[in-house]
Amino acid sequence: MTKPLHTTLDVPVAAGDEEGYSLRMGPQHPATHGVLRVDLELDGETILECTPHVGYLHRGFDKLAEHRTYAQGLILTDRLDYVGAMANNVGYCVAVERLLGIEVPLRARYIRTMVSEMSRICSHLLWLATHALDIGAMTVFLYCFREREVLLELFEELCGARLTFSYPRIGGVRQDVTHSFIRRLQEFARTFPDWIEDYETLIDTNRIWLKRTRGVGVISGEEALDLGITGPSLRGSGIRYDVRKARPYDAYALVDFEVPVGREGDIYARYRCRMEELRQSARIILQCIDQLPPGPIVGDDAPDLVMPLHGHPGKEADASRWGTGLVRLLRDRALFPRGEVYVSVEAPKGELGFYFVSDGSGRPYRMHIRSPSFIHIGALPTMAKGAMIADLIAIIGTLDVVLGECDR
Amino acid sequence: MHVLVLLLQILVLFAVVMLHVAYATYFERKIIGHMQVRMGPMRVGWHGLLQPIADGIKSFFKEDIIPEQADRPIFLAAPIICLVAMLTSLAVLPFAPGWVLADINIGLIFILAMSSLSSYGVILAGWASNSKYTFLGGLRSMAQVISYEIAMGLSLVGVMMLSGTLNLSKIVEAQGTSFGGMYIFPQIIAFFVFCVAMLAETNRVPFDLPEAETELVSGYATEYSGMRYAMFFMAEYIGMIVMSAIGTICFLGGWNGPFTVPGVPFFWFVLKIYLFLFVFIWIRATLPRYRYDQLMELGWKLLIPLALANIALTGIVKAIIG
Repeated sequence: MTKPLHTTLDVPVAAGDEEGYSLRMGPQHPATHGVLRVDLELDGETILECTPHVGYLHRGFDKLAEHRTYAQGLILTDRLDYVGAMANNVGYCVAVERLLGIEVPLRARYIRTMVSEMSRICSHLLWLATHALDIGAMTVFLYCFREREVLLELFEELCGARLTFSYPRIGGVRQDVTHSFIRRLQEFARTFPDWIEDYETLIDTNRIWLKRTRGVGVISGEEALDLGITGPSLRGSGIRYDVRKARPYDAYALVDFEVPVGREGDIYARYRCRMEELRQSARIILQCIDQLPPGPIVGDDAPDLVMPLHGHPGKEADASRWGTGLVRLLRDRALFPRGEVYVSVEAPKGELGFYFVSDGSGRPYRMHIRSPSFIHIGALPTMAKGAMIADLIAIIGTLDVVLGECDR
Repeated sequence: MHVLVLLLQILVLFAVVMLHVAYATYFERKIIGHMQVRMGPMRVGWHGLLQPIADGIKSFFKEDIIPEQADRPIFLAAPIICLVAMLTSLAVLPFAPGWVLADINIGLIFILAMSSLSSYGVILAGWASNSKYTFLGGLRSMAQVISYEIAMGLSLVGVMMLSGTLNLSKIVEAQGTSFGGMYIFPQIIAFFVFCVAMLAETNRVPFDLPEAETELVSGYATEYSGMRYAMFFMAEYIGMIVMSAIGTICFLGGWNGPFTVPGVPFFWFVLKIYLFLFVFIWIRATLPRYRYDQLMELGWKLLIPLALANIALTGIVKAIIG
């Protein structure tokens, strides 16, 4: 007789503890934000051990990118963190531009900063909505979606898509912004702080909310650094690290904003951080609109697939030039240097990094994505130990993970 | 003949309550919808008025799935226990002077007993489903009911002391002579404790831990489907109505009102129940959910001492005033 294989599907039972109650949460569970599976060892409702399992949404982006040109790889990044896809697009483009040494015109940099912050608001709104719903406050969920809808409509006006934008492109952005877009966005950014106050009225001083978030899921700044946590989740623990300030990209060095930092490192501190970030994002958007300079929206030396429908934006539209970009891309090998580059941006969830190894072929030899969600899920066992089931839900919410980004 | 009349009365009461249950779901969805900047049901009938009927028909015709691992007889019986216990407690409620099916002397105790019994349904459902989430839901329900039953019982002791009776009709009559015609004024602490315990007893937000959909999927009802699932919901809504009725009878003066509405003796009673139900729904739209241990803390460390203090206070005041 052969021993049956021990696969990951066998839920391990804590050794020597026959009273142990193991619960497998997910991959289908209302509060795991996608297809996260968490195996729990419980004592009553207290979590003794928590083992997250990822990979249910794995699509192999790292490998797929190896068979695409740099321009084609862009659409993969839409499907990472689909809640704030614009930030991924921007991150990818910034990385490729760094690799190819392309200079982005100022107007495009401002537009990118603007849309990155829009996607940050989108992502944080969805985080707040689902986080509050997980803790049981249903109304906040629908309030947030009301404002998110305004932003999604703005995105639609900007680039025709509501979720998977692929709006930035290597060397700039795909289309210029319209006057009505700017007007509507300005109106939104001006009124948005009032909406934030609306959400805060509902939960900020609510006794139950405070009880559920204060002192729960505490992680010290040191531990958070050890675990590689970034973004608002790290700043909630008192570490002032923001890629936008540390290594500014696009127009972040040109606008004025603050990086909110918490102290306690619990769920409430992270909640406060993100709420402040929403306000700062609105501020950045307004500044971008005010400072938006005229000029081209795509760099002259940008190699890209020409969009057949739109001509080559930023350059004169000329039907006879369709495809020249593609031809150039394929022929002009010298355009692509050999070497490697790691560039990270501040995505809504945390530090989103792209690592490229280029062999000069016009396709990445290797692409690696440092996705904050994956790393944050790694922090789950530490944070959930000793907590209760209800806390685990709140902790998953506060880490703000999106499984599309985690599994890639 | 007497039995026939009684049966008819039961039938009428049953029909009226069931209609209320159906439309309580409708109003819950509508009210929460409007509080959350959306419309609620709009498609079935004018402004979705036929939605509860459609829901009822749907759950009747849905397949009744029984998990293979479940303890079959108990699994089948659990929702019935819930529903029957809740329906039975309707019998002792006085809707208007003389409008009561069973005018028994221990009405208040009877209601408390029945509401405890209905939680057996929840616990057994959680156990018999033989599934992990339902089991946790059942455990939570058990702990919750035990703690809050005490708080609720103690909060009603003050009312018993003031009225000197357990008969619900007599409690209402006794209130007529008190200040404002309602016990809410002398028993304001008890009313507060009762309201919180009432939410916990009926598994409503912020105490909906036994079914907490974001934690335990659907808690004790996870494995149920079709009509049996609907029965749990009916029991929950009848529970809400019964608890509202108890609150109305014990604290808000039952059928008494500022003026009598000719021909509708139950006018004020029903109005007060609707008020309670609205507050139930309002709270659901507003508050997050408590954590299990915080729920216990609130029950044992705050509500029970408060209720005990209220009993002592009521006793002292009654002894002094006479």
